[in-house]
Amino acid sequence: MKKASERETNPTAKEIFKTILANVELADKESMLICQDTGLPIYLVKVGTKFQVDCAKIAAALKEGAKRATVEHPFRSSSTHPITRVNPQTSVGEGLPILYWDFIEGSDVLDILMIPKGSGSENMSAMKMFTPADGVKALKKFVVDTVLQSGSNPCPPGVIGVGIGGTADLVSKLAKEAIARPVGSHNHDPYFAKMEDELLEAINSLGIGPMGLGGAVTTLAVHIEWAYTHITQNPIAINTQCWPARRARAKIYPDGKVEHGY
Amino acid sequence: MANYNLTTPLTEEVVRKLRVRDVVTLQGTIFGIRDLTQIYIFDRGNEPPVSLQGAACIHTAPSLKKVGDRWEKICVGTTTSGRMDRFTPLLMEKYGVRAIIGKGGQYQASLDAMKKFGGCYLAIVGGAAAVETKQIVEVEKVYFEELHPEALYQFRVKDFGPLTVAMDSHGNNLYTEVKKAAEGKLPEIYKRLGI
Repeated sequence: MKKASERETNPTAKEIFKTILANVELADKESMLICQDTGLPIYLVKVGTKFQVDCAKIAAALKEGAKRATVEHPFRSSSTHPITRVNPQTSVGEGLPILYWDFIEGSDVLDILMIPKGSGSENMSAMKMFTPADGVKALKKFVVDTVLQSGSNPCPPGVIGVGIGGTADLVSKLAKEAIARPVGSHNHDPYFAKMEDELLEAINSLGIGPMGLGGAVTTLAVHIEWAYTHITQNPIAINTQCWPARRARAKIYPDGKVEHGY
Repeated sequence: MANYNLTTPLTEEVVRKLRVRDVVTLQGTIFGIRDLTQIYIFDRGNEPPVSLQGAACIHTAPSLKKVGDRWEKICVGTTTSGRMDRFTPLLMEKYGVRAIIGKGGQYQASLDAMKKFGGCYLAIVGGAAAVETKQIVEVEKVYFEELHPEALYQFRVKDFGPLTVAMDSHGNNLYTEVKKAAEGKLPEIYKRLGI
């Protein structure tokens, strides 16, 4: 964020960067929430195949943890019934928290990444099933057009997560995994790494800027995750992440040691 | 890009001086409102129990806790204004509200009301809730308490901001200006991407 602010020349944008950096510093110093929307709890769990664990117990513990973060700590409950709109004040409920499981061959680590995802950015998500005939052009255009339409709403400059391939559900999960990567990291595949740089340049050329009020920095990074898809399909999903881009990681080792990080 | 240090309530004369990109810092009192507050006032016909003449209203659902008779702040942040667009003209016409503080901006009906009645939209930095909470000195009063966290809140503030004038009373909207400029750049961007 500091590096990005140094690139900025627009006076309004510079002022916004100042507030963003002051906010991070203040939240850090006084243990305050960085943003009031502590979002919905999402966990990306990677289980090493050599880590002996009962995954059902881990799932129950994560649900309980999300609840405690809300009842005992200042996490705001943002979960609600989709029809009655009744909020249980626990951040969880039917289908929540969101848990994604992956298994890492040969690893003896349990890696839990928590993403509290606020609605300003999540509401700007988009998914589309293109056809093979539409080609890669349609995918690139969809990314640029979606960012332009989202404008100020997802609290830019954050991360644009892009999923390519898979099915309607997998492509959305890939986009979510993309925003969970460290800012500015690249996809392991050179083709998609190049596309990330290309789209980053294109998006920042739009001039939407911090909070959509104009400027050189519209996004800090574009991350792409991809998968093979059906011969008749060409799906894409976009998940936008706001500038606070909150993440917390716990790596648990077989001897019980826990390493906290991002 | 002028800087203004303004004290509430705001007069029409002061608000009409403001132009998009100006920077405003507020002193005095601001009122917290959200979706339900305004549905309660306008759709369900409940009169606000306090004068909003010259008021600055912020789109928020604050985290507060009640200690005895008093409300204490935990975290006060700003929400997306677009959802509450239809209420802004009513706030300005019926109750004399002069400033909406929010993020993401509002649309044509709100802009028209700002022009007609002398109002403005002040953009805050979304996500910067720590700074915002610190600048709120005190929760003075909570009206329509049963609606909490979407009640009507009276906050005393000190050096609240900086806020960017993003919509003014002269028909200017910085959000649409930025979007229009971006649309103008699209053909060149598409070309570079081989679209």
